[in-house]
Amino acid sequence: MLDRDQVLHVARLARLELSEDEVQRMAGELSKVLDHIEKIRELDLDGVPPTSHVVDVVNALRDDQPRSSLPLERVLEAAPDPVAGGFGVPSPGAA
Amino acid sequence: MSEELLALTAADAAEEIRAGELSSQELFETYRGRAAAEDLNAYVWVHEGPSPEVPPSSRLGGVPLAIKDLFCTEGVPSQSGSRILEGYRPPYDATIVNRLTTAGAPLLGKTNQDEFAMGSSTENSAFGPTLNPWDRGRVPGGSSGGSAAAVGAGLAPWAIGTDTGGSIRQPAALCGIVGLKPTYGACSRYGMIAFASSLDQAGPLTRTVTDAALLLAEMVGQDPLDSTSLEFPEPIEVPRAEDLRGVVLGVPEELIGPEGGVEPGVRARFDHTIALAEELGAAIEPCRLPHAPHALSAYYLIAPAEASANLARFDGVRYGLRVDGQADLITMYGRTRAQGFGPEVKRRIMLGTYALSSGYYDAYYGTAQKVRTQIAEDFRAAFDRFDFIVTPTSPWTAFELGAKTNDPLAMYMNDFCTVPMSLAGIPAISIPAGLSEGLPVGFQLAGPAFSENRLLSTAFALEQAIGFDGSRARA
Repeated sequence: MLDRDQVLHVARLARLELSEDEVQRMAGELSKVLDHIEKIRELDLDGVPPTSHVVDVVNALRDDQPRSSLPLERVLEAAPDPVAGGFGVPSPGAA
Repeated sequence: MSEELLALTAADAAEEIRAGELSSQELFETYRGRAAAEDLNAYVWVHEGPSPEVPPSSRLGGVPLAIKDLFCTEGVPSQSGSRILEGYRPPYDATIVNRLTTAGAPLLGKTNQDEFAMGSSTENSAFGPTLNPWDRGRVPGGSSGGSAAAVGAGLAPWAIGTDTGGSIRQPAALCGIVGLKPTYGACSRYGMIAFASSLDQAGPLTRTVTDAALLLAEMVGQDPLDSTSLEFPEPIEVPRAEDLRGVVLGVPEELIGPEGGVEPGVRARFDHTIALAEELGAAIEPCRLPHAPHALSAYYLIAPAEASANLARFDGVRYGLRVDGQADLITMYGRTRAQGFGPEVKRRIMLGTYALSSGYYDAYYGTAQKVRTQIAEDFRAAFDRFDFIVTPTSPWTAFELGAKTNDPLAMYMNDFCTVPMSLAGIPAISIPAGLSEGLPVGFQLAGPAFSENRLLSTAFALEQAIGFDGSRARA
């Protein structure tokens, strides 16, 4: 059901580079899973509201009070490329 | 001495520590020694350095706790079973970790899991599979398989895990221990590495129902750092029920019949447990959950959709792995994620991205959320008449390593009986109900939102009647 082009399109949306082998496998596996899942589209769901939250809550507000955040150096400790107090990233390039 | 210590439940150990008959450090060292020498691959990290000093008067007595890898623990590896977070040490503690350590349950170690909690066998961990303490050729279930195996094997007095579609209850069942998934919102999710935010809940994995109640009592409560968390309406109490008079249990034919593939041996233990409940005074009646068989389909749209959004944060910028930093930004993202994620995580990101993509959103995600409403309605209607719904926790006992790894759909069927409760946001507990061909079988009870006290009481009474002996797995 999912063809090669669709798999590549979704992989692009998901920012996921797939090997040729993975593209093949993904098309087969996802199609099989989707075929199974599709059964729910046969249910009569007219007028049924979609779930937005499972527990009855209306708003979750708190006082807008400033509080201290983590020290910058602690936050940057795990960064692959900390630069000048920020996160370094490669150039977006021509793409 | 070590064998005597091992025979104690966490509640007993806490009691002895409080009475001055046992030192928490001795207990910690005993368990640390076992955890450091274990060969089930239940742990991915074990506490180093001097054993923590905990005041004996603390509520949890100093009884050490094993914590699933995906909980952020300050300065301690928190990798969610993924290569993309290998070696990541967060700068803060999850709220649940904070609460439990403050209450007197010091961190013993971090436990193995399926990558980002996606799986039902712990075979999807980047750090190798965990083995089942009842049979090392079999899986412990998942995704909280490390926590379940650690408690089952006596490598930890108790543990916590997370449950999105069955990830506490199913491994608890397969390892012969107790596992509780609380009401959605009962426990803060702050600092849990997110899988599917509308479903994820933290909960205890323990040897007994009483131990589960003790942990849960410290876990529940509103947290300003998680706006979906709620104040629990009453304190969690130590369960004491001796009988089940006046309790009405509903048996949903949709979840115990051939459709879910419930094994005869599992069905036999289930029927036996039902008979015990009746002897204790409970009324047992068939009930209907008409939409429950569709829960798995709805779940495998909703959970991957949420996961595809949650896992967007793993992009090689703020933490974890980065691949090809010299390339342009988009290429770096794609390659980092290609190398950092395992096959099941990629599959679910793809499925979720597809389900949310333009032109398919209403047909897939929208439909699934409507089915979810129907499932919650089914439960609401059932709870008008029944106090609890009971099912086998897993359709089968622990399966052999590798048996289902090449068939995603077969693997997903593990959650057939546990996913409906997750979608409805209601609490459910799995207790050991005996053995089938030498392997543990779990019995699941589910109740209305915030019925944890009654659920624990009922499970406790049944637990006493069942008299399950898990000592063989701790040998």
